[in-house]
Amino acid sequence: MSLIEIENLSVVFRAKGRDVRAVENVSLSIDAQESYGLVGESGSGKSTILRAICGMAPVSGGMIRIAGQPVPTPRGRAFSTQVQMVFQDPYASLHPRHTIDRTLAEPLAIHGLGDRDSRVVQALTDVGLPPAFRFRYPHQLSGGQRQRVAIARALMLKPKILLLDEPTSALDASVQAEVLNLLNRLRAELGLTFLMVSHDLAVIDHMCDRIMVLQHGRQVEELTRDDLAAARMTTPYARSLFDASADRMLDSPTEPAR
Amino acid sequence: MTTLRAWLADPNPTSRRQARLGQLWLAWVRIRRNRLAMAGLVIVGLLLVVAIFAPLLAPHNPLTQDLSRRLLPPGTPGNLLGTDDFGRDILSRIIYGSRITLYIIALVAVTAPVLGLLIGTVAGYFGGWIDAVLMRVTDIFLAFPRLILALALVAVLGPGIENAVLAIALTAWPPYARVARAETLTVRSSDYIAAIRLQGASAPRIIAGHVVPMCLPSVIIRVTLDMAGVILIAAGLGFLGLGVLPPAPEWGLMISSGRKFLFEQWWVATMPGLAIFLVSLGFNLLGDGLRDVLDPRSASR
Repeated sequence: MSLIEIENLSVVFRAKGRDVRAVENVSLSIDAQESYGLVGESGSGKSTILRAICGMAPVSGGMIRIAGQPVPTPRGRAFSTQVQMVFQDPYASLHPRHTIDRTLAEPLAIHGLGDRDSRVVQALTDVGLPPAFRFRYPHQLSGGQRQRVAIARALMLKPKILLLDEPTSALDASVQAEVLNLLNRLRAELGLTFLMVSHDLAVIDHMCDRIMVLQHGRQVEELTRDDLAAARMTTPYARSLFDASADRMLDSPTEPAR
Repeated sequence: MTTLRAWLADPNPTSRRQARLGQLWLAWVRIRRNRLAMAGLVIVGLLLVVAIFAPLLAPHNPLTQDLSRRLLPPGTPGNLLGTDDFGRDILSRIIYGSRITLYIIALVAVTAPVLGLLIGTVAGYFGGWIDAVLMRVTDIFLAFPRLILALALVAVLGPGIENAVLAIALTAWPPYARVARAETLTVRSSDYIAAIRLQGASAPRIIAGHVVPMCLPSVIIRVTLDMAGVILIAAGLGFLGLGVLPPAPEWGLMISSGRKFLFEQWWVATMPGLAIFLVSLGFNLLGDGLRDVLDPRSASR
């Protein structure tokens, strides 16, 4: 059975009497421990799908099921222990007035979990940060370090599903690879399921087993990693996306020789 | 002493308590480097000391009248700042008046901004009809002239220092609510609020722990800037017989009683006026320094 099932999801924003259809009739299903990518240019609705899952965007039509159960509205505490999200911009996703310790301990406090000290230290170690960083403020960390903290925060409640909203697009290239490798390691160690958004096929290719190409809020094509590697796209839009980042994918270390 | 300092300044604290004390220490270091803030702190500290030790510092009883020594100019032996129209020593009255002033300031400072913050953040965070209702109430309070509204309240509740404070607090909160709401609107759509909401945090926890800290600096600045106005409104109420009642040595009351002799005996109104000026200045300088200290982003510089 699929862990995440999305059936005919539509998201419509109402702004000044005009309807904006951000997502239309998108269906997908993701197995447990799979890594699934959503690709498309900006405005294609890929981030909106993640936000709809989290209840941050209105579900106007269709159905979202996690582990066979329809998601409740509002999402509630049980949902937060199942699904967590890593945001795009690590400079905006950490509270500027809270220490790393407080940021990481807060989810434990919300859910009444004890043993906070050791859990926070463990979480920092898991994402490759020294425990000495614990009482620092976000502004004292680099972008990559902040994104590690954001990942640690998302994992505090031991969720099974991690939604990744372009987790590396705000980072420079070398740090980007480190964070992606960290995510891959954590997925293998903790048995996580990823739903990842990116406009960069090279990143998706490095991370994902299957991808869906989106355009203007509609699904265009679903591809496996092998399809991507062999450039077996059937639609011209997916082909043009692939061509735009093909040269960088050849440099990618995980790419088999072609 | 040096080991304590090293412990406090340790960049890698080992416990929450050490981290928190270290933050306080850093804040103190920062405020000490800011000369103007230190000047403000000294003035406010002086006000506190004077208020606490008023009976020891005052040369005369502030209420003892001596009509043979009325309206003496400053510098008269025994009456350093002169005497008022009842022959009471102005210096002693200013010293005792610091207690009333401090009491009013303290009560207003803990009520009005707290009420304003609460209403502003709740309105900004929830939006929709809650925002509309709370902000229209704020508009109504803002539309009233402050002193008139305070007058109406005191007229209903009866004169007295507590009622005056209540009236001032009830008329002073709308600007804080406005400031807090504006800050909340910029904060509430940010990713870190979305993240904590996704962690399952309740609205009160998000507002108190995540939104309020972002609104606090601008509200604190407004509070310190409003302090002079608060003292003057208390004085105005006293002048109209609706606040602190004579013969209590309240600074505003002293100014209004000196009004009659402003051209011939200028010191009767000027001396308490200088006291109000000094205290307002102290709070303004301190507020400016506090804003810098409250922002940890400025710490690394």
